[in-house]
Amino acid sequence: MMKGGWFKVYAIGYLVFLYAPIIILPMFAFNDATVIAFPLTGFSTRWFSAMLEQPTLSLAVKNSLFIAVTSAVLATTLGVFAARASTRYRFPMKAGLMGLIMLPLVLPEIIVAVSLLVVLLGLGVSLSLWTVILGHVLICTPFTIAILSSAFQSLDQSLEEAAYDLGESAASTFRLIILPLVMPGIISSLLISFTISLDEFIIAFFLAGTEPTLPVFIFSQFRFPSAVPVIMALGTVLVCLSIILLTIAEYFRRRGIAKSGGKDTGGFL
Amino acid sequence: MMNASSRWAKLRQTEAANGLLMISPTALYAILMLAAPLGTIVLYSFLTDGYLEIIRDFTLANYIEAWTNELYRSVMIRSLAVAMVVTLVTVLLAFPIAYFVSFYVAPSKKSLWLFLITIPFWTSYLIRVFLWKVILGYNGVVNSGLLGLGLIDEPLTFILYNVNSVVITLAHAYAPFAILPIFVALEKIDRSLLEAGQDLGESKFMTFRRVTLPLAMPGVIASVLIVFIPTIGDYVTPQLVGGPEGRMVANLIQLQYLKLDNYPLGSAIAVSAMGIVTLVSLIFIGLNRRYLKGPK
Repeated sequence: MMKGGWFKVYAIGYLVFLYAPIIILPMFAFNDATVIAFPLTGFSTRWFSAMLEQPTLSLAVKNSLFIAVTSAVLATTLGVFAARASTRYRFPMKAGLMGLIMLPLVLPEIIVAVSLLVVLLGLGVSLSLWTVILGHVLICTPFTIAILSSAFQSLDQSLEEAAYDLGESAASTFRLIILPLVMPGIISSLLISFTISLDEFIIAFFLAGTEPTLPVFIFSQFRFPSAVPVIMALGTVLVCLSIILLTIAEYFRRRGIAKSGGKDTGGFL
Repeated sequence: MMNASSRWAKLRQTEAANGLLMISPTALYAILMLAAPLGTIVLYSFLTDGYLEIIRDFTLANYIEAWTNELYRSVMIRSLAVAMVVTLVTVLLAFPIAYFVSFYVAPSKKSLWLFLITIPFWTSYLIRVFLWKVILGYNGVVNSGLLGLGLIDEPLTFILYNVNSVVITLAHAYAPFAILPIFVALEKIDRSLLEAGQDLGESKFMTFRRVTLPLAMPGVIASVLIVFIPTIGDYVTPQLVGGPEGRMVANLIQLQYLKLDNYPLGSAIAVSAMGIVTLVSLIFIGLNRRYLKGPK
C-alpha cells in the first residue's frame, strides 16, 4: 500500500462521518413525503415553494441578516483594534486583557446569554434585535482577532517605517499602507463573523425578546413534525449559502497571506 | 499646566500607552459586556428569589439547593461525564486526522484538507443536530441500513433519546475544534528530530511515542480544553436528541431562567457548573504541565 495508506482510508471514513448530515439534508428536502424517514418516496420541490410562502420566515431572515451584518461590522472593527494592539505593541496587562477578550471562544454560549440577560433586564433595557447584537459581537470578536492577527503578523514592519520616514503620519500610514495589506483579512473576518452570527441560536433565544431570528424560527418549527420538510429545504439553501461564503472567505484569506508574503499555515483558527 | 501636557505627550509616545490605547475599545467592550455580567450572575447567585423581584439578602441557600437537590446533582454529574466522554472520543478520533494531514498530505494540499474539515462546522448547527435525530432514529439511516443488510431484526432503540446520541452528536459538532490545535502543534515539529530518532535506532512506533507525541501534547491539551469547556454547557444537542435521560446542565439553566423565573438559583447552577469546569481544566493542565514548558 502507498505511504500513509491506512491513514488515508481512515481520513476518508472520517470525512464521511463529518459530512453525513449534510449529505442527508438535500435528500429529505427534495423528498415527496411529509415524514422524515427512509425509504424516500419521490422527487419533489414542493417544500421549497412552501418555504417561500412562510411570512414568519421572511421576517426571521430579515432580522437575522440585520443582526449578522451589524455584528460582523462591529466585531471586525473591535477585532482590528485588538489584533493590531496585540501584534504590534507590548503593554501592561496584555495577557489578562487578551484572555478576557478571547474568553467567549471557550465559554459556553448559554453563560454569555444568561449573564447578559440578567444585566440588561436589571438595567431596564427591553429586549430587541440590538440586545442580540451586543451578544453576537462578543462571541464573534475572538474569531475576528484570530484571523486578523495572522494578517497583521505577516505584515512587514519596515513598510510602515518607510512610510513614516517619507513623512506620512500614523493615521495616513494606517490608511495607505496597513489597511490595504490587511484588507483580505478584514473581508475574511467579516464573512466569518456574519456566518457565526447568522447561525447563532442560544444568545438570540435568550435576548431577542419576541423578535424571531432564523435559528430561533428553525428551533420553534422542530416541534411541529409537519413543518420539518420545509426546514430541510431551508437548511439546504443555508448550507449552499454558507459554503459559498466560506469559499469566498478562504479565497481572501489565502490572497491576503500571499499578498503580504507570508506562508500559508492553513485553516481559520 | 505646560508640564502636565508635555508629560501626557511623552506618555502617548511610549509603546505601553499606544498599546493600551489601541486595545481600549475592544477591552472596554469585553469588560462591560462580559466581565461585568459574569460578575453580576455571581452576585445574583447569593441573593434570594422573591415573587417577581430579587430580594437583596445574602444567602447560600441557592448553592445548597443546587448541590443537594437530587435532580440538580444528577444532571450536573451527567453533564460532567458526557463532556468527558465526548472530549475523549473527539480527541482520540481527531488525532489520526491531524497526524495524517500534517505528515502525509502534500504541503500544497494541506489547506484544502483543512477547508474540507471545517466546512461542516460552519453549516447550521441546529439543522446538523436535527439530522442526527434522523440518522439515529427508529426509521433512521442507521436502522434502515442495518435492517437492510440483515444484521438486526428490529430497529435499535438505544441510539436515540439518551446519553449515547448526545455523545455522538457532540463528538461530531466539535470535531474541527479538536483537529486544528493538534494539527498546528504537529506542524511545528522539526522533522529532523524524527529522523534523528530513527537514525539512533528507535523504531517508528518508539519515535512516535518518545518524540512526536510529547511535542504534540500542547496541541492535544488545547483541543481537550476547547472541546471540554463548551461541551458541558451545550443546550441544543441534549434538548433535541437527549430525551428526558439526556438532559444536561444548560437545559437546567434555561429552565430556571426562562420557565421558572428563578434567577438566583439559575445563577447558582451556572456558577457551579463554571466552577467545576474551571477546576477540572486546571487539574488537567496541572497534570500535563511538563509538556507545556516549551522548548528550552
